[in-house]
Amino acid sequence: MPGWVVSLIAPFIVLNAILGIVTYVTLLERKFAARMQSRVGPYRVGPHGLLQPIADAIKLMMKEDVVPDAADRPVYNLAPIVFLIPCMLIFATIPFAPGLGVADLNIGILFFLAVSAMEIVGLFMAGWGSNNKYALLSAMRAVNQVISYDLPFIFAALVPVLLAGSLRLSDIAAAQAGLWFVFYPVIGQLAFVAFIVSTVAAENRAPFDILEAESELVAGFRVEYSGMKFAIIQLGEYAHVIGASFLGALLFFGAWAGPGPEWMGPIWFLLKAMVVFLLVTWVRWSFVRIRVDQMLALSWKALLPATLVLLIGTAVVVVWRTPGV
Amino acid sequence: MTIAQARTLIAERFPGAQTAGDAPMVVTVPVDAWVPFARFAKETLGCRFFSFLSAVDWKEEGLEVVAKIDNVDEKLSLLLKTRLGPGVSACPSLTGVYKGADWMERECYDMFGIRFEGHPDLRRILLGDDWEGHPLLKSYAVDTPHPPFR
Amino acid sequence: MSTVAPSTRVELDYTGSERLTMNMGPQHPSAHGVFRAILTLEGEEVVGIDAMIGYLHRCHEKLAETLTYAQYPSIASKTDYVAAMTSEFAYVRAAEMIGKIEVPKRAQYLRVIAAELQRVASHLLWLGTWCLDMGGALGGGATVFLYCIREREFILDLFEALVGARLLYGFYQVGGVRYDLPPGWTDTCRETVDFIDRRIDEYQRMLEENPFFLVRTQGVGVVSRELAQEVGLSGPLVRGSGVNYDLRRTDPYSSYEDFDFRVPVETGGDCFARYRVRMVEFRESLTIVRQALEKLPEGPISSRPGLKSVAQIRIPKGEAYARVEGARGEVGCYLIADGGPKPYRMKWRGASFSNLAILPHIIPGHKVADVVAIMGSVDPVFGEVDR
Repeated sequence: MPGWVVSLIAPFIVLNAILGIVTYVTLLERKFAARMQSRVGPYRVGPHGLLQPIADAIKLMMKEDVVPDAADRPVYNLAPIVFLIPCMLIFATIPFAPGLGVADLNIGILFFLAVSAMEIVGLFMAGWGSNNKYALLSAMRAVNQVISYDLPFIFAALVPVLLAGSLRLSDIAAAQAGLWFVFYPVIGQLAFVAFIVSTVAAENRAPFDILEAESELVAGFRVEYSGMKFAIIQLGEYAHVIGASFLGALLFFGAWAGPGPEWMGPIWFLLKAMVVFLLVTWVRWSFVRIRVDQMLALSWKALLPATLVLLIGTAVVVVWRTPGV
Repeated sequence: MTIAQARTLIAERFPGAQTAGDAPMVVTVPVDAWVPFARFAKETLGCRFFSFLSAVDWKEEGLEVVAKIDNVDEKLSLLLKTRLGPGVSACPSLTGVYKGADWMERECYDMFGIRFEGHPDLRRILLGDDWEGHPLLKSYAVDTPHPPFR
Repeated sequence: MSTVAPSTRVELDYTGSERLTMNMGPQHPSAHGVFRAILTLEGEEVVGIDAMIGYLHRCHEKLAETLTYAQYPSIASKTDYVAAMTSEFAYVRAAEMIGKIEVPKRAQYLRVIAAELQRVASHLLWLGTWCLDMGGALGGGATVFLYCIREREFILDLFEALVGARLLYGFYQVGGVRYDLPPGWTDTCRETVDFIDRRIDEYQRMLEENPFFLVRTQGVGVVSRELAQEVGLSGPLVRGSGVNYDLRRTDPYSSYEDFDFRVPVETGGDCFARYRVRMVEFRESLTIVRQALEKLPEGPISSRPGLKSVAQIRIPKGEAYARVEGARGEVGCYLIADGGPKPYRMKWRGASFSNLAILPHIIPGHKVADVVAIMGSVDPVFGEVDR
């Protein structure tokens, strides 16, 4: 098979697989949250509510697409797509098994972090284009939040990079063959906690969901969106969370490493990613929302210095333990 | 401050005021003594708790404004009353003495049409700005047809 | 209700930043009904607020003039529909004060049981919705909310067994109460009370060991002791500001002097102090219910014969102001009787109305997110605000 055919087919497969996973992850989250709240969760559509995501998707597609009169139409219409693309693009560099991925770049993690931060453009476009004050406030908060939390997120993600000595994601995964980085003494656990906190914040999930903040800003930047555009934003948001969960599983849980034959690798990877996702979800459904100024203070005064120190400490440890340097 | 002491003090300072009852002690004052009495009650009698302010429409005898204040610490409870007189719908405002009188007086204006002089922002509070009439007046018949739909 | 007017009233000094006017409500997820606030913002900070009410006005005071003493109590429950029992209580008590109507001891105890269970149910709803305000329907707040609603169901079940209704009861009547306890009710009630007592400990741990909850509530929306009294705050709000004012203690009614309970007072004046007061009140109400069930005397449940016609209750000319400690504070009914079957005038002092009036005084200077937290800690019920 010529190389260009592979380059065409692989993204197609990954894209659809991701869409499928994202759709069903919503069900997983709803069921999980329901159990936490002593409810049952979706149950009516299909056995145990298994068809619920499909019903939701159909409902959203059938809904009227309302564009507010005062909206900035090009920006308003473009925003969901601008939001979705980086959220999908982050999966490009993730290897799902050795050699199984769209593009195993030698700067894979940099690409992931850079693209992941780009969702803010779509977010701000949505907030601005809606011409709604709630949406505008939410967009302002979003910029604050993403700038403040992307730095700790990057620093936390760079700890495994230092430990593995490579920016290539498959190398990082391979480096954990002996010891998963989450079990690396002290550094691993601290980095993992910092990673989870900054993931929750960078993904705008409760308790850091101040830009969605439905009790103040109704639904924030997406208050004016309906129908399929709303679905696209929702899809992008979940894709981003799943992407970050895969990254977490890759950086700290050894990606595809696990017992069983080699073909089990991607399944292990998926399971680990789901564990990270449920961890994030668990945090989401147990905490109350934090205020914007407190959130910024938490990032700049605590998380950022802490991760920076951790990163420098890791560098020192790595240099100290590497013979011949 | 016992009730008897309060009664003596009131009699000294406001000879025009009539007192009756104990819990609450009903004090009827003339309109011009309305605000001075409230200030006296707040500062001298220690009635700092503002419970409510309202009015009663006594038909031909005119409107009566009623306010309830309490001295929470010493369990002294005053019900202040003042008669505005037939046809009069103006009353001095207590907002300078009690902050809680703000919304209460707005409601009273809304329902009785009493203009509280000195109130910083006397607008309707419960009914819409375009409402006609003041519903709690006895002359306001519920079934009066109002154009176009009321 | 009022049309948009420039918010000229309570504003901080203009610092030169660009200002944004934002409308919150009357349809808003945390409007707790139909509250409208026109906020003036400088960035995230609220510098001015114009609070608007009246969207749920149903002319209760005019209505009371057209309904007899037998008819109105069941309508009174519609003022504060979250604590319907205490609303009825204020009205019948006012009528009893004018008519000097004795209430049998058993009826008094039954009234206390109903009122205290109602307070627990109302506080449960408050805790849930307040956390929902701060934590969001898609976050931890929803979890607390659903737990609280689950517990509130048990109390509503008790009321359903007692009265037949779950929201608006018509349990109180001039002269006594309408129904006696059904068989087995006391045992179920004891079990429910013990169960809720345990659950409340759980929630308190869940919330107070949560640093995010603490930073959202401590030092937010501080009301001074002076301001609280001047505006006429009552109930948990005034007690959270350091004023020891509980009508069950200062002006005991319906045999409250027979029971042993504490009146919690906190001096912080912030949202957290109000929360602490209510958390203690939960326990105290449950204690009162236990004691009342223990000491419940035998005897008639009403000093008046059963109702045969709507105009059956006549009370002499006179006036009275009856106040009871509702879940939200002093629920007062100022009643003037002219000797007929209907009152001449009724003034309803809704606790929420006065409590809500504090908002313009404390909100400027806070962040947008605090507006909903403060609003939730005030616990307004708009049926009672707008009447």
